[in-house]
Amino acid sequence: MSFQPLPDVTDDSAAFWQGGVDGVLRIHRCRQCSTWFHPPTPVCPECLSMDVGPEATSGRATVQGFSVNMQPWAPDMEVPYVVAVVSVTDAPGVQLTTRLVDVSPDAVTVGMLVEVIFQHVDDIYLPLFRPVIEPSEAS
Amino acid sequence: MNTNRYLGQRIGERDAVISGIGRSVVGRKLGRTGLSLTVESALRAIEDAGLSRDDIDGLSTYPGMMNASPGMSPCGVTDVQDALRLKLNWFSGGGETPAQLGAVFNAVAAVAAGLANHVLVFRTVTESSAQTAHRRASVVGSGGDRIGGPMQWMVPFHAVSAANWVGIYAQRYMHDYGLSREQLGQIPLNQRRHAARYDEAIFREPLSMDDYLGARMVSWPLGLYDCDIPCDGSCALVVSRADAAPDLKQVVRIDAIGSALTGRNSWDQRADLTETAAHDCTKMMWARTDLTIDDVDTVQLYDGFSFLTITWLEALGFFPKGEAGPWLEAGESRIGIGGEVPLNTNGGQLSGGRLHGYGYLYEACAQLRGDATGRQVEGAEVAVVGAGGGPLGGCMILTKDR
Repeated sequence: MSFQPLPDVTDDSAAFWQGGVDGVLRIHRCRQCSTWFHPPTPVCPECLSMDVGPEATSGRATVQGFSVNMQPWAPDMEVPYVVAVVSVTDAPGVQLTTRLVDVSPDAVTVGMLVEVIFQHVDDIYLPLFRPVIEPSEAS
Repeated sequence: MNTNRYLGQRIGERDAVISGIGRSVVGRKLGRTGLSLTVESALRAIEDAGLSRDDIDGLSTYPGMMNASPGMSPCGVTDVQDALRLKLNWFSGGGETPAQLGAVFNAVAAVAAGLANHVLVFRTVTESSAQTAHRRASVVGSGGDRIGGPMQWMVPFHAVSAANWVGIYAQRYMHDYGLSREQLGQIPLNQRRHAARYDEAIFREPLSMDDYLGARMVSWPLGLYDCDIPCDGSCALVVSRADAAPDLKQVVRIDAIGSALTGRNSWDQRADLTETAAHDCTKMMWARTDLTIDDVDTVQLYDGFSFLTITWLEALGFFPKGEAGPWLEAGESRIGIGGEVPLNTNGGQLSGGRLHGYGYLYEACAQLRGDATGRQVEGAEVAVVGAGGGPLGGCMILTKDR
């Protein structure tokens, strides 16, 4: 797809947007009270500590809701595609809006287990998600 | 000590009233400038209030002048103050408010604080004309620049339209509670029936359930008729000090405002993806009034997308959580004019045009004043207006002067 708006990277968001350089989905976490949070900010929303920073996750997530977009919003946009909100398995309370790939729109369900796959554009690694293929580990 | 977090020392919104309302011509591709439409609605509202230009000492708008998003807000405080040479004691224009009606809440606060006596409030859109120009109106990310702020978490994933964000909510509600497309379709069908009774509405020809179900999908489960209509137009009102309104016969009282945001300010971080800011601000509104849901004669609730109206109805308490589907099945006898809860009696934004929150307020005032020719809810004395979706919402309960 050639329609590809990109985010403006800041010190706070760099680990999220560029973490994919080594294939890792990184989410902000408080080093004092261990709370995960997103979007990344310089302060823990729970205990207000500023001792926070990005931490690696497994990159796995669960689909919480989705929509199958049929409308080309820009002339060079390919449709259909699936946008979704997923909850990050290792980071309780953290959800991401993303696009699901390598899956038929008809096959997407709430509760589907997905894993991150990065799309590299310029200096950005967009965390897209695809269904987990191998059987998931018992939790 | 007062333990109700929503109550201050007084209900200050009762010190202000809506003394006048005005609408410009509203339509598709009018080819008029935003300022031209705004002056038309503003002068009508001032005249309707029984005031003159020189009486206006406050000015408020949402979301302020926006160049980056074509047609979304083509003029702001600066243009209108200068065009009308207003002599202002107080003014405000901006978008970081409790959704679209935030400009009204600001005006009410200014009047209650004694900073102004008569505040002109306006909201103007030229999205229809903008669409016919070079690019789609109000689509983020079509400009080529890097994206900052809240949009950066959605737009790079091609979740570029509110149809996508609301579509996700609607999908999850359908998954959890079994809401069907047919049940959701009761909302656009209702609005179209009402538009047929209002000659200022944009789409007035009958809409059948087959039409609704057969229309093309935009972002599943939302189809074409679940999305409102971009239009050109302007709404204005005058918020006055209660003891300074010239014509008390037509005054609309503000019994309570709901401006709360207690959940995440985000489309994707709320723990329950079937709830929106409507669930925050309605709690505040009900805590500030002695009126109850049984007193409400009509509701004018945001329908930028049909599903958002469901979140408002549910948040206000018209049915228990998750039970929108069966409740809506009653159709016209439930939400029609003459039904239990007459909803969006001017056709809403789905059939009337996206005046972005202010069409609902105008209509609520018209109903309470008994001026809703052809669509009047008999004996309407109490109305609820709610605007916004997702992370932002604001609402008011309005009463007829008695």
